[in-house]
Amino acid sequence: MAQTDFAADAPAGRAPVAKPQGYWAGVGARLVRDPITMLCAAVLLMLILAAIFAPFLGLADPYKGSMIARLKPLGTEGHILGTDEQGRDMLARLVHGGRLTLFIGLMPVVLAFFIGSALGIVAGYVGGLTNTIIMRTVDVFFAFPSVLLAIAISGALGAGIVNSLVSLTIVFIPPITRVAEAVTSGVRALDYIDAARATGASAWTVIRVHVIGNVLSPIFVYATSLTSVCMILAAGLSFLGIGVRPPEPEWGLMLNTLRSAIYVDPWLSALPGVMIFVTSLCLNLLSDGLRSAMNVRD
Amino acid sequence: MLTYLVRRLILVLPVAFGVSVICFLLVQIAPGDPLTAIMPVDATAEEQAVMRAAYGLDKPLPVQYAIWIGNLLQGDMGKSIATGRPVASEVFGAVQNSLLLAVSAAIIAFPIGTALGFLAGYFRDTWADRAVTALSITGVSVPNYWLGIVLVIIFSVNLGWLPSMGAGPGGSQSWAWDWAHMRHLILPAVTLAVVPIGIVAHTVRALAGDILTMDFVQALYAKGMSRFDVLRHVARNAAATALSVMGLQLGYLLGGSILIEAVFNWPGSGFLLSNAIFQRDLPLLQGTILVLALFFVTMNLIVDVAQAAIDPRIQRT
Amino acid sequence: MSATDAYIPQPDTGGPAQPLLIVRALQKHFPVRGGLLGRTQARVQAVDGVSFEVRKGETLGIVGESGCGKSTTAKLLIGLTPKDRGEIIFDGVPLGPDLPLKDLRKGVQMVFQDSYATLNPRLTILASVAFGARVQGLPDPDGLARKMMDRVGLDPDRFAHRYPHELSGGQRQRVNIARALAMSPRLVVLDEAVSALDKSVEAQVLNLLSDLRAEFGLTYIFISHDLNVVRYISDRILVMYLGEVVEVAPVDSIWAEQAHPYTRSLFSAMPSMDPDNRTSEPPLSGDPPNPINPPPGCRFHTRCRFAAEICKAKAPTLAGLPGNAAHMVACHLHDPASGHPKAGQGVPE
Repeated sequence: MAQTDFAADAPAGRAPVAKPQGYWAGVGARLVRDPITMLCAAVLLMLILAAIFAPFLGLADPYKGSMIARLKPLGTEGHILGTDEQGRDMLARLVHGGRLTLFIGLMPVVLAFFIGSALGIVAGYVGGLTNTIIMRTVDVFFAFPSVLLAIAISGALGAGIVNSLVSLTIVFIPPITRVAEAVTSGVRALDYIDAARATGASAWTVIRVHVIGNVLSPIFVYATSLTSVCMILAAGLSFLGIGVRPPEPEWGLMLNTLRSAIYVDPWLSALPGVMIFVTSLCLNLLSDGLRSAMNVRD
Repeated sequence: MLTYLVRRLILVLPVAFGVSVICFLLVQIAPGDPLTAIMPVDATAEEQAVMRAAYGLDKPLPVQYAIWIGNLLQGDMGKSIATGRPVASEVFGAVQNSLLLAVSAAIIAFPIGTALGFLAGYFRDTWADRAVTALSITGVSVPNYWLGIVLVIIFSVNLGWLPSMGAGPGGSQSWAWDWAHMRHLILPAVTLAVVPIGIVAHTVRALAGDILTMDFVQALYAKGMSRFDVLRHVARNAAATALSVMGLQLGYLLGGSILIEAVFNWPGSGFLLSNAIFQRDLPLLQGTILVLALFFVTMNLIVDVAQAAIDPRIQRT
Repeated sequence: MSATDAYIPQPDTGGPAQPLLIVRALQKHFPVRGGLLGRTQARVQAVDGVSFEVRKGETLGIVGESGCGKSTTAKLLIGLTPKDRGEIIFDGVPLGPDLPLKDLRKGVQMVFQDSYATLNPRLTILASVAFGARVQGLPDPDGLARKMMDRVGLDPDRFAHRYPHELSGGQRQRVNIARALAMSPRLVVLDEAVSALDKSVEAQVLNLLSDLRAEFGLTYIFISHDLNVVRYISDRILVMYLGEVVEVAPVDSIWAEQAHPYTRSLFSAMPSMDPDNRTSEPPLSGDPPNPINPPPGCRFHTRCRFAAEICKAKAPTLAGLPGNAAHMVACHLHDPASGHPKAGQGVPE
């Protein structure tokens, strides 16, 4: 049975009289007209590109320290942003630090988006006992504030990149599942789902063709609103010493190791935090922009 | 109302059970043998087996859980591996300090957040609204552990006005209501208050804005009611939601103060937790998290019941 | 190839005398949960022992107040809501091992009341209409969908790639009809299918439905609260009250004589265009009783002017009127042996 491409458009006979506008075209048009959102997107894109291409930007070696060049102030010749407590170039470390920080800050939400959406859509569409089991389990995780849960799991598992990813993903699955379930139950009750079921389509086909397209954008917008928290938490785990291990450059970890320098060069030591702050602020504003462009209500 | 209360209490039990299971499993997912932390490196296999039996570690997991929960219900949370003292006394001492910090932060955050949010909601789409909105987005976006460091740089390092570490002079662990101690509270409490200010302001802004445009408010004006009286009606309508948000925030403050406590060396539950993590003191880790989570569950319960008591629209059966 | 050629229903296996659909003792109770442990506290008796037949090629109209179980009955017929009890026999084959739900759904389709929710907002009209044919594995679903769109009066070139929000209510309802027909059903359940439309559009859609019935040899179950519309399109009318059938009769017969007191009140509440034809029957007072705890005996006795002791004690059964067996009614007034003081005299004026 040919079950591919339900939404695919057949080749048009004559040109349509009115140009139909799909949902995503409208979203795109609204986003482009929103200067703050575009600015945030540009800043984030720059940070991500800089992180990806860090080794090719002609920066200093982020791991190479120097005992005599420790804690050079901002604007030093050859070290425009100074050096850290081991004499490593701050600019290089900040740019390289984006790689791990952004990865651990964004990846858990991506993973949780897929897992949580799947769980929530199944719970919302199937209902009954399946719903009860999934949602009651989710309730238990809601008994932990997110910071506590992340630190608890990371603390038990120990430091490490994979452990941070695991603990943060676990933290963000329950909220996404809850939103996905609520949205799906709402869509499940609509007549077009009944009409689709009346064709004899399997539950999987109805979910794929009729449910996913209508629930994914609110879930997606909600997930984007979690990225900022996830960034802060990921860097926070490293700041506490249960995330990325030294000597890897990572903003939270850098903030931690530079604390010893706050009496020597206070503003230098605050730099990694500025990076976390700017990223998190842009993520929040971008999420707000997406929410209004996609007409998702709270 | 009583039925609702009882029903809500019964609903808490499975959640509390789930919380205890997760806390129990935390120790199980920890890599390595829990014995290595307490046994000398040169312990013989025989000695290890004796210890294993003594701690019940040779029994199947469900039995271990039953023993653990049985002790827990008698108030026995085990002994700290690092200090050898009962976990319960360590945790409750630390939680008191954390609670002090969380409540102080709430006392700072709730009035400021409410005032800002109401201002923005009332003067919607004016410069005041935009300023508050920008402020609240900044508040929820700022990594508060970094903000703590910045405040230390400004007020401790540069100005020298306030201490940057601990809960009292000379690393004092015991709290006292005097200026020498309270000076230590200011910076961490302010730092901790920033996120809830943003969240409360955001919530109150939305509530006030929505309610002011509702039909019944138009009707109140139409009836000739004064601006002040209308505001009173609006405040009453917004109170239930605003209170529930604040109640939850108090729970988050207690659980979320860990990073701030690390920045300021505040001797609270977060400080205890990070010590437990670094010394691989798993019973202490388990106990601290259990107490914090149960506190959060209790906060949720209180918020739900209080909201039902205030808001007649919530079904109380 | 025209729309008629594209319409390939399943073969008629039972012969012309076999009713297309027989429903026996259909029952659906919805649990109401509550209390301390969320146990089932009560049951909403949405549909309680409903039996009827639909003959091949006829239109059966189902009428009743909102909440009487009309729509639940419709959803039970194609298994959108699982039934508690009862039999559904399609062209002589009972729903079960010989007729799985998926096969029943090939033969029975449904058209819902127009609202924003009847069409998936993210799919083009063509994709919505072609979905069923694609699911059932029919050849060239898009071509079939275009033919059906053309047949219901929507130019496929203009409408195929539009989205539901770009269409008017009448156009959307034509899409809903095309979507049902693309499955080549033999029975179409129309649940308040024209109720949300403007009067002028309603007439066009009703005419379209009549034409389609003749062209494709369809059988309809037409559910509506609008008696005039039901009279126009139906051959027989079934009246429901609180989840039960109270009267079934050919349209002319029931228009001439409403044998059940409830039917009579329902008809008298209908605005008449003819000033000489106004009935003096007092309209129904009050709301229907709660279907969670329907009254014992005849469910209508709490609102019936002719209620007697027997009506509170014993539920009447559906039986043909003396001399007109096709006109069935469930009322003690028409059963001489019922023990009702006025039994056997029909409904008093």
